[in-house]
Amino acid sequence: MTGFRIANGGLIDRSTNLTFKFDGKSFKGHQGDTLASALIASGVHLMGRSFKYHRPRGVISAGASEPNALVELREGPRKEANTRATMVELYDGLIATSQNRWPSLENDFLAINSLASSIFVAGFYYKTFMWPKTFWEKIYEPLIRKAAGLGTASKEADPDTYEKSYAHCDLLVIGSGPSGLMAARTAARSGARVILADEGSALGGSLLFENEEIDGTNGLSFAQTIIAELASLPNVTLMPRTTIFGWFDGNIFGGLERVNDHVAVPPAFEPRQRYWRIHAKRAVLAAGAEERPLVFGGNDVPGVMLASAMRHYANRYGAAAGKSIAVFTNNNSARRTVGDMKDHGINIAAVIDTRKNGKIINVKGGKGVKSIDLSDGSHFECDAVAMSGGWSPIVNLMCHRGAKPIWNEIIAAFMPPDVGPQFRAIGSASGKMLLSECLNSGIVAGTLKGKTPPTPKCKDEAFAIQPFWWVKESTSKAFIDYQNDATAKDLPLANREGYGHVELAKRYTTTGMATDQGKLGNVNAIAILAEAAGKSISEMGTTTFRPMYTPVSFGAFAGPFTGHHFQPVRKTPLHDWAIEQGAVFVETGLWMRSSWFPKAGEDWLASASREVKATRAGVGLCDVSTLGKIDIQGKDAGAFLDKIYCNTFSTLAIGKARYGLMLREDGVVFDDGTTSRLADDHYLMTTTTANAARVMSHIEFCHQALWPELDVQYVSVTEQWAQMAIAGPKSRATLQKLVDGLTLNDETTPYLAAKDITILGGLTARLFRISFSGEHAYELAVPADHGNMVARAIMQAGQEFEIVPYGVEALSMMRIEKGHVAGGELNGTTTAGDLGLGKMMSTKKDFIGRMMATREGMVDPARQCVVGIRPVDRTMKIRSGGHLLKQSDRPSMANDQGYICSVAWSPMLDMWLGLALLSNGRARHGEVVKVFDGLRGHHYLAEICDPVHFDPENRRLHA
Amino acid sequence: MKYSIFSLLRNSFSGHKNWQPAWRNPDPKPEYDIIIVGGGGHGLATAYYLAKEHGLKNIAVLEKSWLGSGNIGRNTTIIRSNYLLPGNNPFYELSMKLWEGLEQDFNFNAMVSQRGVLNLCHTDAQRDAFARRGNGMRIDGVDAELLDAHAVREMYPYFDFENPRFPIKGGLLQRRGGTVRHDAVAWGFARGADMRGVDVIQGCEVQGIDIENGKVVGVQTSRGAIKCKKLALCAAGHSSEVASMAGLKLPIESHVLQAFVSEGLKPFIDGVVTFGAGHFYVSQSDKGGLVFGGDLDGYNSYARRGNLPMVEHVVEAGVAMIPALSRIRTLRSWGGVMDMSMDGSPIIDKTSVHGLYLNAGWCYGGFKATPASGFCYAHLIAKDEPHEVATAYRLDRFRRGLVLDEKGQGATPNLH
Amino acid sequence: MLIPCPHCGTRPVEEFTFLGDATVTRPTSLEPSSMDAWMDYVYLRDNPRGDYTEYVHHSGGCRAWLVVKRNTDTHEVDSAVATKTMKAKT
Repeated sequence: MTGFRIANGGLIDRSTNLTFKFDGKSFKGHQGDTLASALIASGVHLMGRSFKYHRPRGVISAGASEPNALVELREGPRKEANTRATMVELYDGLIATSQNRWPSLENDFLAINSLASSIFVAGFYYKTFMWPKTFWEKIYEPLIRKAAGLGTASKEADPDTYEKSYAHCDLLVIGSGPSGLMAARTAARSGARVILADEGSALGGSLLFENEEIDGTNGLSFAQTIIAELASLPNVTLMPRTTIFGWFDGNIFGGLERVNDHVAVPPAFEPRQRYWRIHAKRAVLAAGAEERPLVFGGNDVPGVMLASAMRHYANRYGAAAGKSIAVFTNNNSARRTVGDMKDHGINIAAVIDTRKNGKIINVKGGKGVKSIDLSDGSHFECDAVAMSGGWSPIVNLMCHRGAKPIWNEIIAAFMPPDVGPQFRAIGSASGKMLLSECLNSGIVAGTLKGKTPPTPKCKDEAFAIQPFWWVKESTSKAFIDYQNDATAKDLPLANREGYGHVELAKRYTTTGMATDQGKLGNVNAIAILAEAAGKSISEMGTTTFRPMYTPVSFGAFAGPFTGHHFQPVRKTPLHDWAIEQGAVFVETGLWMRSSWFPKAGEDWLASASREVKATRAGVGLCDVSTLGKIDIQGKDAGAFLDKIYCNTFSTLAIGKARYGLMLREDGVVFDDGTTSRLADDHYLMTTTTANAARVMSHIEFCHQALWPELDVQYVSVTEQWAQMAIAGPKSRATLQKLVDGLTLNDETTPYLAAKDITILGGLTARLFRISFSGEHAYELAVPADHGNMVARAIMQAGQEFEIVPYGVEALSMMRIEKGHVAGGELNGTTTAGDLGLGKMMSTKKDFIGRMMATREGMVDPARQCVVGIRPVDRTMKIRSGGHLLKQSDRPSMANDQGYICSVAWSPMLDMWLGLALLSNGRARHGEVVKVFDGLRGHHYLAEICDPVHFDPENRRLHA
Repeated sequence: MKYSIFSLLRNSFSGHKNWQPAWRNPDPKPEYDIIIVGGGGHGLATAYYLAKEHGLKNIAVLEKSWLGSGNIGRNTTIIRSNYLLPGNNPFYELSMKLWEGLEQDFNFNAMVSQRGVLNLCHTDAQRDAFARRGNGMRIDGVDAELLDAHAVREMYPYFDFENPRFPIKGGLLQRRGGTVRHDAVAWGFARGADMRGVDVIQGCEVQGIDIENGKVVGVQTSRGAIKCKKLALCAAGHSSEVASMAGLKLPIESHVLQAFVSEGLKPFIDGVVTFGAGHFYVSQSDKGGLVFGGDLDGYNSYARRGNLPMVEHVVEAGVAMIPALSRIRTLRSWGGVMDMSMDGSPIIDKTSVHGLYLNAGWCYGGFKATPASGFCYAHLIAKDEPHEVATAYRLDRFRRGLVLDEKGQGATPNLH
Repeated sequence: MLIPCPHCGTRPVEEFTFLGDATVTRPTSLEPSSMDAWMDYVYLRDNPRGDYTEYVHHSGGCRAWLVVKRNTDTHEVDSAVATKTMKAKT
């Protein structure tokens, strides 16, 4: 607990004082701090507990790869679990809580897991918890589930908002360190549209904390000058706080911009985060390299951190990790830490270099480093350890589309694969370990046209790594995957047990499966596994890199399309009229349809029953605008429809409508509807509401792909027309009052007439004498904008006949009374024959589905076909979904005869009745079957009958 | 070595240095009685049951990559037997029963966890369809419950019940449904098969099928020619490729399905829940990650990865169903190659080539079927007769018009 | 993934609907003996890994059915031609 704030320097604003809370205790920090840096500067190293052993853990890194310092940030509905303290910008009033510990971070009861760690090795749970059998779900698993997981998520709705945005550019630069800045500036100066994105809160990458000298100035001011120039250019978009999390087909990148995560609450009208889809003509990966930990005993004690992280905290945030530091390395880069710490007046207790055979065996200390033991038997007191096991280019994005990184012996790291000119790696992300190479590769990549400008001058430092992975002499635990508590010994164990493939070892040991996805530990794991398996690292290879580079909130992916805006709402042209009439609406796909029109005190059943009775006694008006309407024209329109429908339309008389049935190519019924011929070369098709879009696509396919030679055009006019059914014995008298200059009678408008007319003194309209209700009925279509007005006029005209509006509930009651098939029967598995419409299939022409409809299984008499069904006890309510059995049979799938598809209360027949699909049903009218409704514990007898329950002679239709 | 707490303790004293491999790593022999192509869940289960139920020993499983590297290693771990059609449900119920005794059977803890599968419904028509489905389960003695909105709210009070757009009207619950630790299923079957003498051979890619006089006689592989009397294909998304080596064309297309996992969380959701008004389903693993998925990307693909539009589509539905998901983070996405059949149901059958058997077309329902698929395929291979619960999975059902189309979508694989 | 629609330009994948193999041809014969050809057309697919020719509908755009050449392994799109144009040429 000896971290402290260095007196001067850094990019923090020391004039500000920000107060924040961690585990209820108050601390202070400055503008520019991260939560991690402010805690370190406050002397707090213990920030979390590990997953399995609940070991005390401190911060390891200074960036997105952090596996240990995860907190629950904020409270209430804004609480976010597993938030990296290293990425949280400090703000006044910040509240953070440690996680995965009970009762407190200091004293975690489950740390006793460490005692059993000799049993809790990799994969132990696959070998036990099997006996007695019932204990797994009752005892073991609930305990494991409770103990597992990290942070606790809020179960309240998120009060913040999110946005989605799209961007296009000539060059996307991912990362704003030395190479990224060079690439961006070079491309920008040539006029290219450049996006420069960086996950950090400030642009500059490593120049924000490394001491460099470039072109005679220090690295930071070099960066700031370039950033200022880029900011002034109109063709450049700077995107700090934006993580490019994935690379997708078409050179599309996913990005997450943390717009307001650095404040307590987003300002009004601003989103918390913005999700980006960036389409880049070219992109460069300038994401830098990740420093690797070394694997040695106690390498997880709070106070052990990456050498680069230690100088990052000191140089950028003025936060010292300790007063006396040991440095453990296998390469030259850690020298920077030695030098920088000395500059800050911090004691260097020891430098242990594996290239000189120095090794730390064990770190002593529980909740903070106290001392280290070396392999040569020496012992040093210190309060922090900086480690550097080498550097791995951050290749993740370049491997998101399947390419594998390539092992490089010289830098002892995996290099990005060549994925083509659209996406190149530069700088240390491409394995360049010298600053001059980084700057140069950026300039080269940014030169989209013209000559390559000169590279700025700078000092280089040789990397000089000698690979070293694991101090095997360590007696205490040496961690590879910190968060998941995978140790170095787990990997040889996995190999020994047959899980030696890198992907199997990952799954068996959980190495690389934590929230950091192995950013720090995977290469160490691969090296140790390779050694155990007697393979080279190159042969062993990596596991699969997949999106997301860092985790992305659900909210960002969802953007504004949540809650009520999850899907668009489609309202019919008669929506306002329906509201005036007191409609209750129901969702039908995206549509809102009027369902029933209750009067005071009525429930849905009373309302719909009244609507049916009034319609059948007088007249009713129903909004049927949601039916699909497709206008089809051309000299071959009739021939075309003959191919689409199984029945014939080319012979339909002008001015007439016909019920049509279409099949899929596999012979099953696709859709039905009424199609009218308005002129020799002009038809109007209607489809079901549910299939309107699919039928349109089908028609387009049939014409464009199958029969392009036909002269036919088609367009959806569903949205252009408001359509109303006017049904009942008084429908003609009602309509007559609106129609211009036409006497409605069986001569001028016989059954199935279809004609263009005008109404209300010149308003365009179409009139169809068709009926779904079984009544003498019409459908009237008017241009959508006039829908409400015409509906009101009809209501007025029908007043003397006590006209009622009726909704889809009443519509459904009437269609079931009449045995008309709809969604419940047109379920995508029924044939025309099943629906009792087999005779509609023409034998004189080719049509979609004709051949497949002839297969033996499609014409089997045992197929389930549509029948009517009524309870034997006429007072009983029946429901959809009951299965049918022969009276003598026991319930079983083998004995299953069919099921009830649609039911309704029949106001006319005063009982519940329905339609069912029953094996060989047409031959079984009159049979009494058993209805099995186990879900509702209701079994009863029902009578099979003709599907037409009401007015079987169709007298009312022609009345 | 039998796995138990005692063997764990014993091995802990010797620093776990004495564990034996879970399976051998044999070189292929020149000839086998039966070769199974594909070392995924179904292939390994087939080998296991051939050895265990039929006493056959001279069997090899050939896996071109690592063991369990196919869809058994990249699914969303759900088990259920809530199917609709008579040809399907008895099969999936057999699978459920095998799951229920699997771990003791193969002495490997695959963490079979029956925490319930709940399908939400949002309209009367959906509820009717669930009633039909649920009664079809109940009629055969399979557990199913139809819940109203109130009962769903008792289970998951933080779902969006107030959404005026797609209100949750209830759901169909199968309490015996749940999840299984997917990788462990492959490992358990591999170990069980290996112990019974089966050669599980990794890194051995089948490159050709040798047929003489209409009869299978062997395979050409990346590790040489291997003779066999019977050849059983079990290659999931790559079935068409392998079958084409025998000149067969299948009623199958390969499509990519993405799935996702969140960061690890303390218990958030207990069972498996599917949204009925969009493409989203979710469960939580024992480790704490929310495992979720939705729909196919829609285009034919052999790439084990997808694209952003489907990610957005799935997550939008997730947040619509559970608004509290908004601040939870998606950790990782991946894709599996699905053998989408023309009617959405699988095939376990002989082929027109003598001695060549086919197990394919699992769409995205293959994981839950793993034990029964292996069990029934083993039965078919051993006896040359289909198992009684798998008689509908015949290859000629397309020609005969006896398709098993649960969704009623017809011959369009990406709609199943 | 992006598809170069010949009418609308390069557009994102979510505007398109994929139907499958465009190399199959609908038989013209209605004789029972042609059932093999019908089976091939309706149900059987080469399902290649690699180069693939498929029907794609620009359902969220110009509504044209396209024949797209695409690699099913890499998702690289090679070309997209309107079905009608293609049929007119043959």
